[in-house]
Amino acid sequence: MNPVVYPVPDIFRILPEVILTLTGVAVMLIDASLAPRVARRPLGWVAALGTTFALWASLWQLSLPVGTGFSGTVETSPFTVFFHVLICGIVLVSLLLSLDTLPEDTHHQGEFYALVVFGAVGMCLLTGAVELLLVFIALEISSIATYILAGWRKNTGRGPEAAIKYFLLGSFATAFLLYGVAMIFGATGTTQIYEIAQTVSYAKNQSLVLAALALMLVGILFKVSAAPFHVWTPDVYEGSPSPVVALLSAAPKAAAFALLLRVVYEIFPTLRAVWAPMLWVVAVLSMTVGNLAALRQQNVKRMLAYSSIAHAGYLLAAFAGLGSIGIAAASFYTAAYAAMNVGIFAVISVASGYDEKRPLVKDFQGLIYGSPLLGSLLIFFLVSLVGIPFTGGFFGKFYSFTAAVGGGAVWLAIIGLLNSGVAAAYYLRLALSAAQKPSPQSQRELTPPQGSQVGVAVGAALLLAVAATLVLGIVPGEVLRAAQAGAHTLQAIPVQPVPARVNLMQLPKP
Amino acid sequence: MNEINHLILTLIVLVPLAGAIVVALVPDRAKLPNWIALVTTLTSFGLAMHLPVHFNSGLPGFQYEVNIPWIENPAIFYHVGVDGLSMWLVVLTGLLGPIGVIASWNAIQTRRKVFYSLFLVQQTAMVGVFVSLDLMLYYGFWELSLVPMAILIAMYGRKDGPKAATKFFLFTFIPSAPLLVAILWIYSQTGSFDFATLQILIAHGNFPAGPMCWIAFAFLFAFAVKVPVFPLHGWLADTFCEAPVALAMVVAGKLGLYSMLRFHIGLFPDQARALAPWLIALAVVGVLYGACLALVQRDFWKLMAFAALSHLSLITLGIYGMTFGGWTGAVYQILSHGVVDGALFLLLGALYDRYATSQIDNYGGFASKLPRAATLFVIASLAMIGLPMLSGFVGEFLILSNTFVEVNKGWAIAATLGVILGAAYMLWLVQRLFYGPESALATSKPPDDLHIRERAILWPLAVLMLAMGLAPSIWLPTIQTGIHPPQLKGTVVVRSMPPVSSQGEVQR
Repeated sequence: MNPVVYPVPDIFRILPEVILTLTGVAVMLIDASLAPRVARRPLGWVAALGTTFALWASLWQLSLPVGTGFSGTVETSPFTVFFHVLICGIVLVSLLLSLDTLPEDTHHQGEFYALVVFGAVGMCLLTGAVELLLVFIALEISSIATYILAGWRKNTGRGPEAAIKYFLLGSFATAFLLYGVAMIFGATGTTQIYEIAQTVSYAKNQSLVLAALALMLVGILFKVSAAPFHVWTPDVYEGSPSPVVALLSAAPKAAAFALLLRVVYEIFPTLRAVWAPMLWVVAVLSMTVGNLAALRQQNVKRMLAYSSIAHAGYLLAAFAGLGSIGIAAASFYTAAYAAMNVGIFAVISVASGYDEKRPLVKDFQGLIYGSPLLGSLLIFFLVSLVGIPFTGGFFGKFYSFTAAVGGGAVWLAIIGLLNSGVAAAYYLRLALSAAQKPSPQSQRELTPPQGSQVGVAVGAALLLAVAATLVLGIVPGEVLRAAQAGAHTLQAIPVQPVPARVNLMQLPKP
Repeated sequence: MNEINHLILTLIVLVPLAGAIVVALVPDRAKLPNWIALVTTLTSFGLAMHLPVHFNSGLPGFQYEVNIPWIENPAIFYHVGVDGLSMWLVVLTGLLGPIGVIASWNAIQTRRKVFYSLFLVQQTAMVGVFVSLDLMLYYGFWELSLVPMAILIAMYGRKDGPKAATKFFLFTFIPSAPLLVAILWIYSQTGSFDFATLQILIAHGNFPAGPMCWIAFAFLFAFAVKVPVFPLHGWLADTFCEAPVALAMVVAGKLGLYSMLRFHIGLFPDQARALAPWLIALAVVGVLYGACLALVQRDFWKLMAFAALSHLSLITLGIYGMTFGGWTGAVYQILSHGVVDGALFLLLGALYDRYATSQIDNYGGFASKLPRAATLFVIASLAMIGLPMLSGFVGEFLILSNTFVEVNKGWAIAATLGVILGAAYMLWLVQRLFYGPESALATSKPPDDLHIRERAILWPLAVLMLAMGLAPSIWLPTIQTGIHPPQLKGTVVVRSMPPVSSQGEVQR
């Protein structure tokens, strides 16, 4: 077979990133050229529109032949498209959410939207990069944007605290990753992922390779907030505005998981015996630590922060799965987790507002009586987080643990499912508190019923999140197929070179 | 007709769900949600009545089957169908739908939309459990049934709803985690979630005995909590005290008992037989323990909870006696218990609506004030006790006689003692509520006997109790077509069974 290779212009390989960058620049320029009194809110719509175009562009990339561009540094494949669409979707929902929940008079509102979009550039690039230096650059682009966003409420004490914690620990972790990259370069003499994959087994100094693997894992596990690298999460979530947490808890994690999949399944598939037990332990730790800590939390955002640590654990359980089954399961879980988590933070953003009138679980008492819509949605997303069938959360866990059982890790599945029983306790506490009759005291404190105040943008955001959660729970077939297609492209780089891809890689050289 | 037969189960499952969506969308005006819910549940019940009318007792296996792929990988099918075992349970669930709506008519005053939407979702989930023949589909409905229940208990709890709801949810959710692992393990060994396929594979395949034991136990454990079997009944009393009447009448019993028959004994007959002596012992303890505790309760919801524990344990005894007659009696008793419990809950709910207390001591002397309620309560109580000619008798007799003859005389005698205690606490309850000197409560308010809606549903139920007691032959033959006779190892007859003579003997 002689594959016909169309020369794809390099620019097409990073089309979504280009669109996002242009959007961000445009938002900044318009912001700067507007008179100070003019409302900045329409800039949010510009950013949302640009993100939508980027999402389309990612889907369009499916029509490109699988391959790399820019001298083998950026890849487009079903795998990258899956994560691009996911990240763009999360960013879109977060933008819609902030449109209605950021107060009109916030400082630098235009910059907020620009930063969100620039963050998205980094995250998208991270999933497409197949060159470790570019990976590092992409990670920094996304991180710096999110560091700033985390400290957005700078007039509260917690905002800067969150930003500084996130920044210090985050840069520390990126340093680990970079150190790992340096070591793998030392061992193999290249930073191109496919070249590393082909030569890593023959590297003379295997201890260097192992050290590189460990360091890179530490860096990435920090980003996905897996235990024991999770300590930053509750503080950052608590200090950041809720729409930002919606973004932070889903998009950078999705990108980091994509990177983790790439690192373990594409660079080090031969070292499975080393990384699989490590991830096994981290998965169990994350689930257990996250759930047990969440049980004790009274603050809703801290509780959800610990819950997100636990979810990172469930997701890591999928890595016990063999080959493409594990990859597909992990990708699917990322999507399901993103849908429900963005959804719940959207509800919390609307219910408790920018300045968080309801920080504690008990403040949510009687939400369903005050606002049936928000109350029902809150319960719906919590039910999905518990993992009840016919919601995305169930199939996420289901595929993850099926992969684990298929990979022989029955105990991991049992620990995971028992953990999800523990998790049900604190999700229920919030859900049932929202369902309970409001106490006379909380009724007085509550702002008037907010159901009527759900604006167009927030409404669209909530609708998207609900639809995604339901689709993933009732007809997961399509998304799973996309995840599997992605998994196959990621798996298509075994130790032997694959003709089509190598051809494409060599294209620019002659 | 074929097309209707093909669609009927899907319709029965989806009509309540559609009703739930409609209720959620319409404005919350006056009694509009109530009426929509009533019409929906009546439609659903009407559709469910299609099943027995067109059921062909001569055919082995499942009827009204639909089997279409739902999810490719892993291979999950939308596979539904009923046999004699599940068909009447679907009808019972359909019947309890309108009863639940009537019971909530005046009791639920706030957030009617939320209540009736969730109530209808609950109907969908329960029917779904009974008709699913794919383990994952079954598990989906099984878990789904927890959610509306927990939320409604929290929303409408009488004293401390959230606590009872949490207890109920965790008690049933945590055991379902091992159940899911067990299902996944079976899938990883066989590549199938299909009930009938698995039945063949497990009967003829060589699976390692150790893991199979655990798998069967995981199934049993999840079901036993749901029934509940002694000593896993911790959630029951709180749930009965807090749950709205419409949900309390469906929360215990039939889902778990059906699942035991279908999925525990149906899939793992050998393992079930090995554990049966333990379960028989637990069941008899449950019968006596529940009856004794029911005797000393001061709160009628709690009394109903322990009475339910006692009655459900008796059914468990019938199931794990592993006799054909015991199984028949168990299924019949599930149906009878559903009807009788529904009626009793409706009546107690009516009392609670009117007088806002569940303390038995506060009542007394209501027979002259509420003569209709008293009459119906006495009929339902007698049916519950197992008076001959009423519905409770047939099932109890079949269970006890089969236990006595084929299982163990001692256990049967002990269980019969529990039944006698059952008569004691029920009759004493009737006496304390309706007879004796008129209490302050009775004179405090003008008499407000059962409304037309309540009577319209209670009298047919009373007639049904009588019919089930007088003419069990209407139900028993179809039930028996769904029960596989106890088999020896390796001779499982899948989805078919020999015709049954009127004496209940199996003809080979």
